[in-house]
Amino acid sequence: MSDIASSKRVIPDRLGSKTSRLLASWEVLLFGVAVLIFVFNSFASPYFLNAWNLSDATFNFTEKAMIAFAMALLVIAGEIDLSVAAIIALASTAMGAAAQAGIGTPGLVAIGIGTGLVCGAFNGLLVAGLRLPSIVVTIGTMSLFRGISYIVLGDQAYGKYPASFAYFGQGYVAWVFSFEFALFILLAMVFGILLHATNFGRQVYVIGNNEFAARFSGIPVERVKFILFLLTGVMAGVASVCLTSRLGSTRPSIAQGWELEVVTMVVLGGVSILGGAGTIAGVVIAAFVMGLVTFGLGLLNVPGIVMSIFVGLLLIITIAIPIIARRIKEMS
Amino acid sequence: MNRLLKNREILLTVIIAVMIAGFSTRAQGFAAPGNLANIFNDTSILIILALGQMTVILTKSIDLSVAANLAFTGMAVAMTNAAYPDLPLALLIVMAIGIGAFLGAINGYLVWALRIPPIVVTLGTLTIYRGMAFVLSGGGWVNAHQMGPTFLNVPRMPVLGLPILSWIAILIVLGAWFVLTRLPFGRAAYASGGNPTAAIYAGIDIGWTKFLAFVVSGALAGLSGYLWVSRYAVAYVDIAAGFELDTVAACVIGGISIAGGIGSVGGAVLGALFLGVIKNALPVIGISPFAQMAISGIVIVLAVVFNARAERKAGRIILRDRGAKEVSA
Repeated sequence: MSDIASSKRVIPDRLGSKTSRLLASWEVLLFGVAVLIFVFNSFASPYFLNAWNLSDATFNFTEKAMIAFAMALLVIAGEIDLSVAAIIALASTAMGAAAQAGIGTPGLVAIGIGTGLVCGAFNGLLVAGLRLPSIVVTIGTMSLFRGISYIVLGDQAYGKYPASFAYFGQGYVAWVFSFEFALFILLAMVFGILLHATNFGRQVYVIGNNEFAARFSGIPVERVKFILFLLTGVMAGVASVCLTSRLGSTRPSIAQGWELEVVTMVVLGGVSILGGAGTIAGVVIAAFVMGLVTFGLGLLNVPGIVMSIFVGLLLIITIAIPIIARRIKEMS
Repeated sequence: MNRLLKNREILLTVIIAVMIAGFSTRAQGFAAPGNLANIFNDTSILIILALGQMTVILTKSIDLSVAANLAFTGMAVAMTNAAYPDLPLALLIVMAIGIGAFLGAINGYLVWALRIPPIVVTLGTLTIYRGMAFVLSGGGWVNAHQMGPTFLNVPRMPVLGLPILSWIAILIVLGAWFVLTRLPFGRAAYASGGNPTAAIYAGIDIGWTKFLAFVVSGALAGLSGYLWVSRYAVAYVDIAAGFELDTVAACVIGGISIAGGIGSVGGAVLGALFLGVIKNALPVIGISPFAQMAISGIVIVLAVVFNARAERKAGRIILRDRGAKEVSA
C-alpha cells in the first residue's frame, strides 16, 4: 500500500502506553457498540432473542471473519488482498468440479484449501517476490481467479456434493454451536497467539510500522509478506469449504463483493489501514458487530443492498472518527 | 523517462495493430474501417472513465467508486427523463455532470480533509452509491419505452461519419490532454503524485489537487452515466457493475504508474482501446465471453509487472522505503 505513505512520517521513540491505551479503548468502545446493537435488536424484533436464531446469525460473519483474521495480519504489515472473494469462488469451483468427478469429502476439503494455498502463493510471489503494489496486483488476480471460475462454469452451477460434505457448513458441534462457529473461535485463538505472542507477530508489526527499519533489523520482509499472503489464501480456501458446504452449490458469482466486507471488518476492528497497529480481539468484536447489524436489519426486512449502504457508512465513519478525534485533540 | 513513455505508447499501438491484424485473419472484415469505428464507439465510455481514473491515479490515489457513481447518476437522469419528458437534454446532461461531480467531491473531501486512504474511502462509497441507486429506484428498471427519443438518440446521431458518443470521447481526450499538460492543475497532479514532499516545497496544495482530481473523475463518471443509460437504453441498479476495475486496468495497461506521477493521456486511451479490441474480438473469433474477465486479469497482472520493470530502470533505491519513491527525472 505504497500510495498511503504521506510525505510526513512520524516514528515514535517507543510504542508508548498511549497507543496501547487508545487501542484498548477502541475495543472497549466497539464492545459497547455490540452490546447496544444487541439490546436494540432484542427490543426491535421479538424473534431476535432465540438461541437458534442467534446461532443462525453467526453464519452472517463466521466465514468472512476467518478471512478477516489473516487479512488483519496482512493489513498490519502494510499490504492488502482484494482477491479473497475471488479465491473463494475459484476454490469452490475446483471443489465442485472434483465432486462431479466423484471425489470424497476429505479430498474436496484438501482441494479447496489447496486452491486457496496456490492462489495465495501466486499473490505472494507477485507482491513479495516481484515487489509489486498489492492493491493493483490483487485487483488483477481478483479478476483472474473469478474469471477462471467463469470460464469453467459460465452460467452453470455445480450442485452435487457428497452428503458428508454438508457437515462443515451445516453441522453442529454441540447444541446450537455450529461447526463454523467453533472453527471461528479456534481460528481466533490461533491467529491471536500468532500475532500477539510469537516472533512472527512482532515482525508483522515492525514491517507495518517501518518497513525500512525492519529491513535494517534483519527481518526477512519479503518472506514474512509471502507467508501472510499464503495464510490469507489458505483462510479463503477454508472459508470456501464452509460456504460451499453451507450453500451446497457453486456459482461463479459466489461470495461476490466479500472482499469489501472483509476489509470493512478488519478496519472496523481497529486495524490501521496504514499498517502497524491492530489486534485480533478487535477483529473478533467487529465480526460480531457486523453480524448483529446485518442480522438485525434482516429481521426488520431491510433488503441486502440497503444493508451494504450501512456497511459502507460503517467503514468510512469508523475510520473518520479516530482521525477527527485526533484532530480535535491536536487543536486543544 | 520521457522517451520510455513514448516507447510505451508506440509499443501499445503496435500491439493493438498486430492484434487487429491477427483477428482479421480469423474473422473477415474485423479490420474494416467501419468495424474499427464501431470498436472505438463501443470503447468511448471506458476511455472517458479511464481519463478520470488516470487523473486520480496521477495524484497517488485511486477511485473505485466510478462505476457506482455512473450507476447512480445514470439512474437519476433516466428517472428524471421518464418523469419529466419535457426537460431539455442539455439540462439533463448538466445534471448528470453535476451529480457525478458532487459524488466525486464527497470522495475528494474525505481524502483531502480527513486524509482517509483513497482506497478505503472509495471502497466505502462504491457500496453506498450503488445502494443509493437501489433506494432511488426501489430496485426497478427504467426501460427504453419510458425514455424520450432525444434522450436515447443524441449519442447515436452520426456527425461526419462518427456517432456523437465517439465525438464526445474525442473531445474529452483532447480536453484531458490540455488540462493535464497545459494547465497548472495538470502540473500539480503530476507533482503531488510523483514527489509529494517536493510538491509541498514547490507550494502545491496536495490535498486540494487530490480533491479536484476526484471531482474531475466524478464529473466524467456522471457524464458517462447518461451516456451508458442512453447507449444501452436501460437503467437498473447493477449497470456497469465491476467496471471500475476495467478503468484501473486501462490505466495500468497504458503505463500509468499506480504509485502516482507517471503516465500520459495517450497511454490511458490506448490502454482502454486495448481492452476494447479484446472485448470486441472475443465473440468474433469464437471465444466464450465468459473468458473476458480472466483475460483482463492476466493483462492487468502482466501490465503491473511490466510497469514496475519500466519504472525500476529509472533508478530505484535498493532498500525500498515506502515514503521515498524515486524521482522520475
